[in-house]
Amino acid sequence: MAANNFRHALFCAVVTLIISIPILGLNLEAKGINIILTGAKTSTYVAIVLAAVAVFVFQAYRDSIMGLLGKLPNFNPLADKEPMEQSKRVKLESWILTGIVVLALFWPFVVSRGSVDLATLVLIYVMLALGLNVVVGLAGLLDLGYVAFYAVGAYTFALLSQYTGISFWMALPIGALLAGLTGMILGFPVLRLRGDYLAIVTLGFGEIIRILLNNWTTLTGGPNGIGGIPEPTLFGMEFGRRVKEEGNTSFHETFGIAYSGEHKVIFLYLIALVLAVITALIIRRFMRMPVGRAWEALREDEIAARSLGLSRTAVKLSAFTIGAFFAGFAGTVFASKQGFISPESFVFLESAIILAIVVLGGMGSQLGVILAAIAVTILPELAREFSEYRMLIFGAAMVLMMVWRPQGLLPMRRIHITLNKQE
Amino acid sequence: MLEVQNLSMRFGGLLAVDGVSLDVQEREIVSIIGPNGAGKTTVFNCMSGFYKPSGGKILFEGKEVQGTPDYKISRLGMVRTFQHVRLFTQMSVVENLLVAQHRHLNTNMLAGLLGTPDYKKREQKALDRAAYWLERVGLLDLANRDAGNLAYGQQRRLEIARCMVTEPKLLMLDEPAAGLNPAETKELNQLIVSLKEDYNVSVVLIEHDMSLVMDISDRINVINQGRPLASGTPEEIRQNDDVIKAYLGEA
Repeated sequence: MAANNFRHALFCAVVTLIISIPILGLNLEAKGINIILTGAKTSTYVAIVLAAVAVFVFQAYRDSIMGLLGKLPNFNPLADKEPMEQSKRVKLESWILTGIVVLALFWPFVVSRGSVDLATLVLIYVMLALGLNVVVGLAGLLDLGYVAFYAVGAYTFALLSQYTGISFWMALPIGALLAGLTGMILGFPVLRLRGDYLAIVTLGFGEIIRILLNNWTTLTGGPNGIGGIPEPTLFGMEFGRRVKEEGNTSFHETFGIAYSGEHKVIFLYLIALVLAVITALIIRRFMRMPVGRAWEALREDEIAARSLGLSRTAVKLSAFTIGAFFAGFAGTVFASKQGFISPESFVFLESAIILAIVVLGGMGSQLGVILAAIAVTILPELAREFSEYRMLIFGAAMVLMMVWRPQGLLPMRRIHITLNKQE
Repeated sequence: MLEVQNLSMRFGGLLAVDGVSLDVQEREIVSIIGPNGAGKTTVFNCMSGFYKPSGGKILFEGKEVQGTPDYKISRLGMVRTFQHVRLFTQMSVVENLLVAQHRHLNTNMLAGLLGTPDYKKREQKALDRAAYWLERVGLLDLANRDAGNLAYGQQRRLEIARCMVTEPKLLMLDEPAAGLNPAETKELNQLIVSLKEDYNVSVVLIEHDMSLVMDISDRINVINQGRPLASGTPEEIRQNDDVIKAYLGEA
């Protein structure tokens, strides 16, 4: 056992050395037209060796270290308490949710413009994560190309506004419906696939859409993207300093207040908030409906579900379509918020982040997913100084979560159903 | 009501089922027995639409149903259980029963989102039916537990209840007594008989527990190595020399 441990620890240390020496210890420098290889500073090498030693020590004494960690006092004050009664918990949850929404309503009027902007982004991610939660968390279909539907929503608005001058409010349903349709179309070929195979194919679809947007230069402008996407209007009132479109009035003039750039930001935030709440409510309703139960049944046991009369085609397609629909929602808001979109906003990393939100939050759990969306979007902004290490911290957080809380922040709980005794 | 004629199923070079015929009348319990690997479950899989048989006919209420997709078969009123219990383990007990009633519910999404009166009425009916069957199999108190946390015998009963809420005409039970203790087997025995007597359901049963089979079957079909060996009443089967040689004698 000890020898085994030792060998394993040695192996880990050597791997650390092999990986970090070329990456950290060797630098490429341009000298004239040639590139030469130079070594790094001595301190870097010392650090690498120290890191290897640290890995070695940790791996060698892993069991006792982990044991010590386990003996630490439990940080969770609720751990010993009896689980709350069902009805009480449901009530508490809905109070918390209402509280969050009310707070969110007043939030933009007390904080800075930057924070409101960030909060809008958070809400977009909330919508995306809630939508993906349907596909991955409820229906159990691992979709790695979810960002494609987000892109469809955003580009629908961008293109329609460019070619037909459509407004945000018209584009919102069209974008969402088109994204949903794309979801359905992409769903057909992958009906038979499960797990890893499904993940690979959806990953491919995500890339196809992005590459298509990137290369169809005549329509989408390719990597240059599309700019000048209009902001939403409030009953024909624009939020700019000057009215851009004929027939519209401007918000500040109508109400006789001084122009402020903040109005627009706050308005967009409120739209995103309303849409996010609508998304959450609709999906929450779906979860309690036959279609929601069918998604879960198919995730749990496809054969049993089919033997009970559920059509795999209908159930899977509905999950894909509804998930994509809300991504389209989010995409339209995103396009309007940015005013400019390019394929760069819809890379695989986005899919990965949305998926990470769903997994971190707890598959199928709405509250968990919302909290995770907030955390994952805000933390990197707070830790701007460490932006170089953002992905590193992100990765470490994921690993720690998988070790300590594989079921996510707030795992999904079953809905309590009261039955009347039958005679 | 069910007639299987000359059914055969080939997997590559292997003829798993060869010329099996059986028929089930209304309110009848028909058993299929045979040694392990005889092809009993394959017959079930063909009947329930999981496999498309290589040859032969399956008639349900006079209509040919061989090769019909599985989910459509169950909508016709032929529902099965599985040799290894297949519940939706992370869903609650009552949700398992609600999923099964998908067909009876108003699945119009808009109606559900708006909560129309018709939708609510059907939902309540489904809940009541679920409650009725949970009570019937003695699981009402556990309605909100995760199905995966039930004891094995309870899972078996839940699986049968899940079939019954679909209001089937024919129930196919694949080794329902496997893994049950004698007391539970006895309860199961009574349950199956009551399904026939009180709910007018025909039952096709695959089972190794001979006392159960002999006790409740109206007729028995014996299969050996994919071929029909004998069929008849329990009394006839018990005295059939071929059967004794192939199966009963060695057991």
